[in-house]
Amino acid sequence: MTAELVRGQNHLLPQTRVEIRISAGSPVTPGATLGGEDGRVSDPGRIAHPGAPQLPGLEVPAQAAAEHRLAVDLDAVPPDVERVHVLLALPAGVPGPRSFGAIEPPSVAVTGLDGTAIARFVITGLDSESAVTAVELYRRGDAWKIRAVGQGYAGGLAAMLADQGLPEAQQLAADIERAVAEGLARAVAPAPPPTAGQPTGAGARRPQPAAEERQTQAGPVDYRHPRRAAAAGAAGASGAPGSGPGSSGTPRAPASAAAPPPPEVGAGTGAGARPGAPAGAGGAAAGGVPPQADRTKSGPPEPVAGDAPGWSMEERLYNQVWGMFEDLARTVAAYRSAVDFADSRMDRELDQLLADPRARMGSIADSARAEVLARHSTLVDRAREVLDRDLGQLVAEAGVVEPALPPAFASWASPVWHEYEVPEDAPMALRLGDLHLPEHTELRVPLLVRLPLERGLWVDSGTSSLGPGALEGDPERGFPDSAERRALALDTAVAHAARLMSVHPAGEFNVHFIDPGGTATAALTPLLHSGVLAEPPPKGAAGVTDTLTRLTQRIDLVQMALRSGAADALPPDLDPAQQLLVVNDFPHGFDDRAINQLRYLADEGPSVGVHLLVVADREDAKGYGPLLDPFWRGMLRLTPTPDDHLADPWIGHAWTYEPARAPMGSRVLEQVLAQVAAARRALRR
Amino acid sequence: MARSKQEGNVSVSINLSKGQAISLQKSDGGTLSSVRMGLGWQAAERRGLFGKRTREIDLDASAVLFADKEPVDVVFFRHLVSDDGSVRHTGDNLVGGAGQGGDDESILVDLQRVPVHIDQIVFTVNSFTGQTFEEVQNAFCRLVDESNGQELARYTLTGGGTYTAQIMAKVHRTGSGWGMTALGSPANGRTFQDLMPSIQPLL
Repeated sequence: MTAELVRGQNHLLPQTRVEIRISAGSPVTPGATLGGEDGRVSDPGRIAHPGAPQLPGLEVPAQAAAEHRLAVDLDAVPPDVERVHVLLALPAGVPGPRSFGAIEPPSVAVTGLDGTAIARFVITGLDSESAVTAVELYRRGDAWKIRAVGQGYAGGLAAMLADQGLPEAQQLAADIERAVAEGLARAVAPAPPPTAGQPTGAGARRPQPAAEERQTQAGPVDYRHPRRAAAAGAAGASGAPGSGPGSSGTPRAPASAAAPPPPEVGAGTGAGARPGAPAGAGGAAAGGVPPQADRTKSGPPEPVAGDAPGWSMEERLYNQVWGMFEDLARTVAAYRSAVDFADSRMDRELDQLLADPRARMGSIADSARAEVLARHSTLVDRAREVLDRDLGQLVAEAGVVEPALPPAFASWASPVWHEYEVPEDAPMALRLGDLHLPEHTELRVPLLVRLPLERGLWVDSGTSSLGPGALEGDPERGFPDSAERRALALDTAVAHAARLMSVHPAGEFNVHFIDPGGTATAALTPLLHSGVLAEPPPKGAAGVTDTLTRLTQRIDLVQMALRSGAADALPPDLDPAQQLLVVNDFPHGFDDRAINQLRYLADEGPSVGVHLLVVADREDAKGYGPLLDPFWRGMLRLTPTPDDHLADPWIGHAWTYEPARAPMGSRVLEQVLAQVAAARRALRR
Repeated sequence: MARSKQEGNVSVSINLSKGQAISLQKSDGGTLSSVRMGLGWQAAERRGLFGKRTREIDLDASAVLFADKEPVDVVFFRHLVSDDGSVRHTGDNLVGGAGQGGDDESILVDLQRVPVHIDQIVFTVNSFTGQTFEEVQNAFCRLVDESNGQELARYTLTGGGTYTAQIMAKVHRTGSGWGMTALGSPANGRTFQDLMPSIQPLL
C-alpha cells in the first residue's frame, strides 16, 4: 500500500534499503545531503550531487534528467547522520524552465528494491522556486522515517544549500551547476523546454542568487490573495464545518461565501482536491502552503450557502444563516470587549494622573492627558476597523445568501414569495423575523427556528415591556396606544400563521383560532377571504372550551397511540396534519379549566404536532399571579414592533427583533393564501 | 533548529526549553493565521501494591486571554469558545492518551480574529482529578500551524513534580505579529481560577 503524503506528513520506512524515484516535467538536478540532528550539513563532502554522485549509503545520478532513481542504503550512512535530505533543482546554466511553477509538480516516490511502492509525495504548490527540498529521511529510534517536506527556494540551489548550513553554498552551487551543464552537454540532447521562448543562456547571465534572497522570496508564502478580503485570515481555518447553532462554531470565511469560486478550481492535485476531508485535517489536506490551499480550495458548488455543511441546500442555508448570526455576535463581542477595555484603561490612567500632584497641572499634565486619550482612540479605532471589516464581509455574505433563501426562510419582501408554489415537503425551519445589533442596524440576520416548533410563540401585545416613553407612544413610528398595538400584534400573529401554513404541503398544516372577544375578525380577513380558514372563530367562552377540548383530546389520543405503538388504531376521522392553535387576547374568555387545558397543550402539544401561538398582554393575566409564570417562560416571546429582547445563545447580546411582515401595501400574503386555499380545495376533491 | 523558525513551513519543529521564545512570523513578513495548541499526556506506569489498577488522569487545558495583564476571557471545558470566537477548545478529554502520543486536548487560536486589545494568551494545564504531575508522563504541549498541520514548536514537561498544574506557554503579540514563549511554570490548582496569582508574574 502506498502512502500518499502531504507536506509535513511522515511515514515509517519498513526497510533501510530503498529506492527514491523522482519524476518531474523537465530535467532536474538531483541531490542529497547527510545532516546531523539539527539538519545541518557539516561539510560539502556530505552532499551527493552530479559532480560527486556517491556518498556512503547513497548515490545520485550524475546528470540532470526528468526521471531519476536514487539508491539509498540507510544502514550504510555514517552513524552521526540523523537526517538525509533529497533535493531537486532546476539546472540554471542551460535552457529550460526557470521555476517549478512552470512545470508539472515533481513527484517523489519511495519504493523497495523490488519496486513495491512505500510512499509517494507530489510537491504541489510550487511557484517561483527553482530548488526544492523534496523529502527528508530521518532516524526515529532504530528505524527510519520519511517526511514530505516540499520546501521551495526562489533563491535556487545556493539558497537551499545555505539553508542547510553550508557556508560556501554559493561556490558549491556553482560547482554543481557546472557539473550539470557538462553532463547535459555530454548527453544526447536535453528534453525540449516546455515553456518556449526562454532565451538560451538566460540562466547563465542570471546573477547567482545570494543566500539572503530567501528573506525576500515571494515564493510559496503569499497571503495577499487578490480575491480575498482583508479578514480572510479566518479562511485558513475554514476547512472545518460546524458553524451551525448547536456546534461551538468554527470561524468561517465569510469572504469565500461571498466571492465566486476561484477560477482555478480543479487545478488541485493529489490530496489537495480531496473533498470532505475531516474537519481537523481540512487545512492540511488542502495542501501544504496557503497559496496551494487557495488554488485548490474548490469553491462550494453552490456559493450561496458559503462553506456551511448540510445534507441538503436547505440545511446548508440554515446553517449558513446561523453561522452568520454567530459570526455577527462574536465580532461584535470582540469589538465591545475592546472598547470596554479601552474605556476602563483610560479611566484608570486619568485617575493615576490626577492622583499625582506633580502631573496635575501644566503642560506636562496636558501632554500626559493627551497621550492617554490618544491611546484610547487608537485602540478604539483599531477595534472599529476590525469590526467594519467583518461587518463588510457579513453584509456581502447576506447579499448573496438572502436572495437564495427558500420561502420558509425568506422575508415576505423576497421575490421567492411572488413565485410561490405550494411545496411538496415541509421545511426544516421557519423565519420568524430579523435580528440586528446597534453596531450595524442595516445588517439583518434572519431568525430561523426549527420546525416543528419546540416552544409556543407568544406575540406580546402589551406595552409594559417597552422602554419608558413607549407608553406615551411615538407618533412617528406609529404605535401610539394599546389598541393599535393589539391590532399590530394580531396582524403579526396572522402573518406567522399564514407563513406556517403556506410553507407546509397542502393539508398538512391546519390553523385553529380562539377569539372569544371577537376582536380578531378584521385581522383574520386574509385567512377567511382566501378560504384557508373556513369560518370565523366561534365567539364567547363556549368556543374556547370546544376548540381546546378537541385539541386536548387529540393530544391524548395520539400520545396514547404512540405509547402503545398502535398508531394505526387512531380513529379514521383524526386529522393527521399538524395543528396550530392561535389564541387571541389570552386570557380573555378563559376560565380556570380552560387555562389548565391550554397549559397542558403548551407542554404536551409540540411532541405530537400541536403548536401554540398566543397573542397576549401579560398584564391582562396578572390576576393569576405566579401560576402562569412557567407558561410565559416556556414560550418564545415575539413582539409586533422592533424590540431588543432576544438574546443569542453564545454571548447573550440583546438583539433587536423585528417580526416578519409583508411590506406595506404588498398583496403577497393574500396571493400566497389564495394559492394555499386552492391547493387545499383540490386536495379535498 | 533555526530553519523552521525562518521558513515557518518547514516540517521540523523547534524543541523549546523553559523560557525560550520563538517568533511566529514568517520570513516573508506574513504571519500565521491560525495555530493550535495541542496537549497530550499519559498516566505514568505505577508499580507496587495497587499498580495494576488502571487509573484515569483528567488534565484540563485552558487558555486565558489577557489585555494588558487583565484577564478578559477564558476558554476551558466549561466555556469552550471565547466570546469573540477567536479561541476554541475542541473538547474535554477526561482520561488522557492511551500511549498514542497525539494531542489529547486542543485549543485553536485564530490569530487574525483575536480582538485588538488582547495581547497575551496563556495556556495552562490543570489536574482536575487531583493527581500530581508525578503520576503523569509524556506530557507535552505543542504549537501547530493549523493551515498545514505542521508542528512549529514543542515543549515537553520534564520530570513531574508534586504539583497539580503547569502554566505551559503563552502566545503574545510582538511588534507586528505573534510570538510564543515556553513558560513551564509549576503551580497548584484544580482549574485555571486557582492559577491566576501564579500567572500574573509571568505576563
